[in-house]
Amino acid sequence: MSNVAPPSQAEQKPHTDGGWHNVPVQTRSERFGSVDVADFVEPTGREVDWKLTPIRLIGDLISGELDGSPFDDALTVAQPVDGFALSWIDRTDVRIGSAGLPEDKASANAWSHFDQALAIDITGKQPSSEYVVSRSGLGTVARAAHTVITAAPNSRGIVVLENSGDARIAENVEIVVGEGASVTVVTVQQWNDSAAHLASHFAQVGRDATLRHIVVSLGGGVVRVNPSIHLSSPGSATEAYGLYFADAGQHLEQQVYIDHEAENSRSRVKYKGALQGEGAHSVWIGDVLIRQSADGTDSYEENRNLVLSEGTRADSIPNLEIETGNIVGAGHASSTGRFDDEQLFYLQSRGISEEEARRLVVRGFLAEIIQQIGSADVEERLTRAVEAELTVV
Amino acid sequence: MSVLEIRDLHVSVDTEQGAKQILRGVNLTINQGETHAIMGPNGSGKSTLAYAIAGHPKYHVTSGSILLDGEDLTEATVDARARAGMFLAMQYPVEIPGVTVTNFLRTAKTAIDGSAPPIRTWVKDVRTSMEALRMDRAFAERNVNEGFSGGEKKRNEILQLELLKPKFAVLDETDSGLDVDALKIVSEGVNRAKSNTDLGVLLITHYNRILRYITPDFVHVFVAGQVVESGGPELAVQLENEGYDTYVAASAAAAAAIASAEAADASSGAADAAASVSPTVNA
Repeated sequence: MSNVAPPSQAEQKPHTDGGWHNVPVQTRSERFGSVDVADFVEPTGREVDWKLTPIRLIGDLISGELDGSPFDDALTVAQPVDGFALSWIDRTDVRIGSAGLPEDKASANAWSHFDQALAIDITGKQPSSEYVVSRSGLGTVARAAHTVITAAPNSRGIVVLENSGDARIAENVEIVVGEGASVTVVTVQQWNDSAAHLASHFAQVGRDATLRHIVVSLGGGVVRVNPSIHLSSPGSATEAYGLYFADAGQHLEQQVYIDHEAENSRSRVKYKGALQGEGAHSVWIGDVLIRQSADGTDSYEENRNLVLSEGTRADSIPNLEIETGNIVGAGHASSTGRFDDEQLFYLQSRGISEEEARRLVVRGFLAEIIQQIGSADVEERLTRAVEAELTVV
Repeated sequence: MSVLEIRDLHVSVDTEQGAKQILRGVNLTINQGETHAIMGPNGSGKSTLAYAIAGHPKYHVTSGSILLDGEDLTEATVDARARAGMFLAMQYPVEIPGVTVTNFLRTAKTAIDGSAPPIRTWVKDVRTSMEALRMDRAFAERNVNEGFSGGEKKRNEILQLELLKPKFAVLDETDSGLDVDALKIVSEGVNRAKSNTDLGVLLITHYNRILRYITPDFVHVFVAGQVVESGGPELAVQLENEGYDTYVAASAAAAAAIASAEAADASSGAADAAASVSPTVNA
């Protein structure tokens, strides 16, 4: 993908023969992109990618000044692990901009403001070896950040990005997966209740390479993690998983875009979420584009929500665009189900206590995603974290 | 020997128009090993009786009591009743997303016994019961009742009955919606539970049909929230031939009598009036 910005959205002239300039872009591939925040108009909350987000709570991140300095103090890296390396790199580094382009103003704002980017390189060959990069205590000043994860050809490994404490952050994460590589990137949001986090992930997956991408959002006031995964080389594949647990007053959002550009590419998207408490809100938008060039595509996406109490809202919007008929398969599914009093009565009538009944249902529901992570440590921690969520009513 | 006693049970249910009295003084005593059939027309309160015994939060016991071996369960939580030995096979079992049948059965068994069942024998027990109920093995890995047909849901209820081994089971229209083959399979399951664990059964039904497969020791006619007549299996045959009309008419007359008694004496005369009407039904 080119790093050259197309003409600015703000400069695009409307047609003179009617009010058609307000017609939204109908195909995902034509969505405007730029690294410059000035190229984007201020969102009003009616745009397709903002209409479900509480933009009044995050105006500073969308278009305000951001502190783009490195955050060494808030960064913890587990001991050096063979096959992984971490460094700060300049804006001019060639790795930056190789995986994608911001498609919303917050993403462009972060891109315009970061001073240095955090680079994580994967060169190892051990599928189960993991590298945990933790950020904690980023403070309450609005920040910008940029991360570039580069998996060398034929490399293996798991990168876990862990987030906790306070934060107001807009950021971009680029993931470049080299030919024949097979890597897992996990991002875990366990921020404090007041935190705001807007992240765009851009991935380019190389020939016969596989990216497993997992988004886990449990803590934070407004958390929006939007992965765009481009299957741009023949035989490239992705498994994109997500897990969220929205409590009272929490907004947890994910807009997943899978771009099948090359032939014989394969994608599986599965996001599952639980909601509990007044004002708990989750948003899942799943866009899958199968381009004319992507013969032999095999694609499936699904989102499942489990509603545990009154007063919650789960938005679930799968979109599938298919430009070629010569594919292996393409499908989508979405469901939002309630855990209600009748279910509780049923389980209790079999001797199971109320507390255990809730735990049983939620654990069963979310375990499917947790088990995809592939790191026993992280899986165990997240299982405990999910159960802790359950005790907060 | 265990005994389940329902004493003068009055139950109301919340409706949009306020609390509505459904059960008006139910008396029943069921000994372990006995099968009691409750038969009655639609709307007579049969299912309310089932839910009230299980402790469904929508149903409020306004007076009377439910005793299991002398222990008062009237105020006990739903799960405590189950652990005490009660079981309700539901008319409309609900779906439990995210919980497989295997996981559910093991969790319930652990809760009821107070400790996890030994894995080897438990897996074998589950398999044996599923085979006896002609349930495909794949059921074990499906989510509880999710996408099950009506007949599969009922079999799943009986599977739990066999494995959890309660002292008393209330079967709430377990026969509804079953074809003849499924009815036989489900009935065999109930009969196995009876012979294996000396289960006491309260079988709620509209129809005589299931009683051909599960022989009742007692049949009770249930009308307007009360048992209006009790007898042996022959009573079910009589009901099959004659319907509930005579009982419904008598009950309406009784209700009118109650209303006038209440009008005359607004104190505690209502229950007496109801009691005095019952014998005339038998005549």
